[in-house]
Amino acid sequence: MTSALLFPYEVKREAEINEPLDFNNKASLKHTDRVFKAEITNIIRLTDMEKLFHLRIVDERERFRFSFQPGQFVMLEVPGFGEVPLGISSSNSNKGLLELCIRKAGTVTNILHRARPGTRVGLRGPFGTSFPMARMKGHDVLLIAGGLGLSPLRSPIFYVTENRSDFGDVHILYGTKERTQLLFDYQYEQWRRIDGVNLEIILEKGDAEWQGEVGLVTKLLDRIAIKPDNTYAVVCGPPVMFKFVCDMLTKKGVPMQRQFVSLERRMHCGMGKCCRCNVGATYTCVDGPVFDYWTVQNLKEAI
Amino acid sequence: MLFFALEKTEFRVLVEHLLARHEVVGPKFVATNAAGKAVHQFLPVTAFDELALDYETTEYSAKTYFLPFKETLSSYTLDGNDWSQEINYRVQPRALVGVHACDINALVKLDKVLLKDNFPSPYYLSRRKNTFIVGIDHDTPCAGGFCRAVGADTVTRGFDLYLTDIGTRYFVAVGSDRGMAALERVSARKVTDDDTHAYLAAKKRFADAAEVDFSVQDLPNLLDIEFESPIWKKWGEQCLSCGSCAMVCPTCYCYGVHERISMDFKIASKFKQLHSCNLLDFALVAGGHNFRPTAESRLKYRYYHQHRGFSEAYDEPKCVGCNRCGRACLAGINPPAVIRDLQEETR
Repeated sequence: MTSALLFPYEVKREAEINEPLDFNNKASLKHTDRVFKAEITNIIRLTDMEKLFHLRIVDERERFRFSFQPGQFVMLEVPGFGEVPLGISSSNSNKGLLELCIRKAGTVTNILHRARPGTRVGLRGPFGTSFPMARMKGHDVLLIAGGLGLSPLRSPIFYVTENRSDFGDVHILYGTKERTQLLFDYQYEQWRRIDGVNLEIILEKGDAEWQGEVGLVTKLLDRIAIKPDNTYAVVCGPPVMFKFVCDMLTKKGVPMQRQFVSLERRMHCGMGKCCRCNVGATYTCVDGPVFDYWTVQNLKEAI
Repeated sequence: MLFFALEKTEFRVLVEHLLARHEVVGPKFVATNAAGKAVHQFLPVTAFDELALDYETTEYSAKTYFLPFKETLSSYTLDGNDWSQEINYRVQPRALVGVHACDINALVKLDKVLLKDNFPSPYYLSRRKNTFIVGIDHDTPCAGGFCRAVGADTVTRGFDLYLTDIGTRYFVAVGSDRGMAALERVSARKVTDDDTHAYLAAKKRFADAAEVDFSVQDLPNLLDIEFESPIWKKWGEQCLSCGSCAMVCPTCYCYGVHERISMDFKIASKFKQLHSCNLLDFALVAGGHNFRPTAESRLKYRYYHQHRGFSEAYDEPKCVGCNRCGRACLAGINPPAVIRDLQEETR
């Protein structure tokens, strides 16, 4: 018997991988599939289809190390059932609390809708790019949402309202299908009362009880006076909405590089590995989900 | 790079050293196909003579030893509302003997995505570092291969030892200290001028034979310009969306993550399974929207990633020109034909 030629290599012996888990540091070697254990502390019914979940990372040190920027997303795992990508819906100043608005749509989200407070789930992230809130300071901000798009848009809304003095005029425009699908309706009054914030809501299909506007969100946008050289726009919603809203903004003179959209794709890893979210050459999970509209122009089949 | 000359009998001794203590994987004859051609696959061998080092190509690439079709990412022990997670990266060291330049180049490309880019993969790292790679040049290029067109016919890194047949001996390039240590176990000698001349002649012979009549230099732009081209409809209509191409491809790494749970809800596991961008559900999202609903859009995307997306990110195509996808395709779709068609469009 000759002596061994090859010696086992142990990943766990690498100094790098034993550092505290930090998904914001993309270059470091880490336990890519290790999850933060998080507890569902609160569940709020929004509509028949959507619930808002409050989550708190169980380990105290992990909780205070976890930080994100508005626009980023997390992978939420229900062990044994699967993992889903979800845009973060809460304020990034609220350390230790994470809010995720979840529509009942597939296996994992259906399980989650049956969960009770106290259930422990897994979290990986945060992943992806964010809305450049710092760059927007000193400018007017247009925050435009369609349907479930209000969920990821809520994070920049919190940012802008919490740092109100840093921004010029703020318009929040929100369009959805019908009255029963209005999300976060308990917050509208609060946003409306903030000085310099204009909230407008429109429904595609009105009903007897609806007093407000009927039509598409572009109708609201059309009549707003915009200072094109001093405005940033953030748009969240279905792909078809991006085209109409961003084209209207471009026509009004807002540079494409100051319009930000958040794309959605199927995702299995969040780390630029599984390819499922690829748009041409670009990974929605690493290079996005937040893109400026000029970049989107250069992505085949992006919207 | 350090070079040595190694008698073929000594190489046999080296492989037997490896066989004595480790798993050795190499090209193995498995069957004769309908056309009377020998079929080879990378499989574990137990004796040196099982290695068919003069093989033309293998049906599957060597990728499976780095990216298994199914791999457990983590396992869970569940207890009511709570659970604990366990992750294991450990694999046993293994030697991969007799891989051609294309397959080593494929690993170098995979390294760029899985080790050098964002979020290095500890699973891949473990398999890569625990695999001792002995590459080998072949005499004549494989039928249908176009490695020279994509610059994958020669290799300068990504291996431990690399052999070129120069008669009774091999011209050996040493790519790592691990390779050097292995070579010290047998009697390798310094190269002479004769060895070098024989080596360069062998290289030239192969390069001349591997010359192809098309190039891929213009593809990144061309794929953008011809995004709406009718050729995608033509080839898309033939595509069966079976994913065979990605299964045999040495560089296709895309995957899906799935979970399993036991009947008593006590244990669960998360595993990844290699996928293919040609499969129907590749870009299907919850709610029913499919970002690539047609075979045409999915096939186009495959070429788009191979020759534009990857080029944009790493300045080289993802394809290594082995044409395994062309051979495996049940509908007769092969890259040289598609690329020629695409280039015809703009003439």
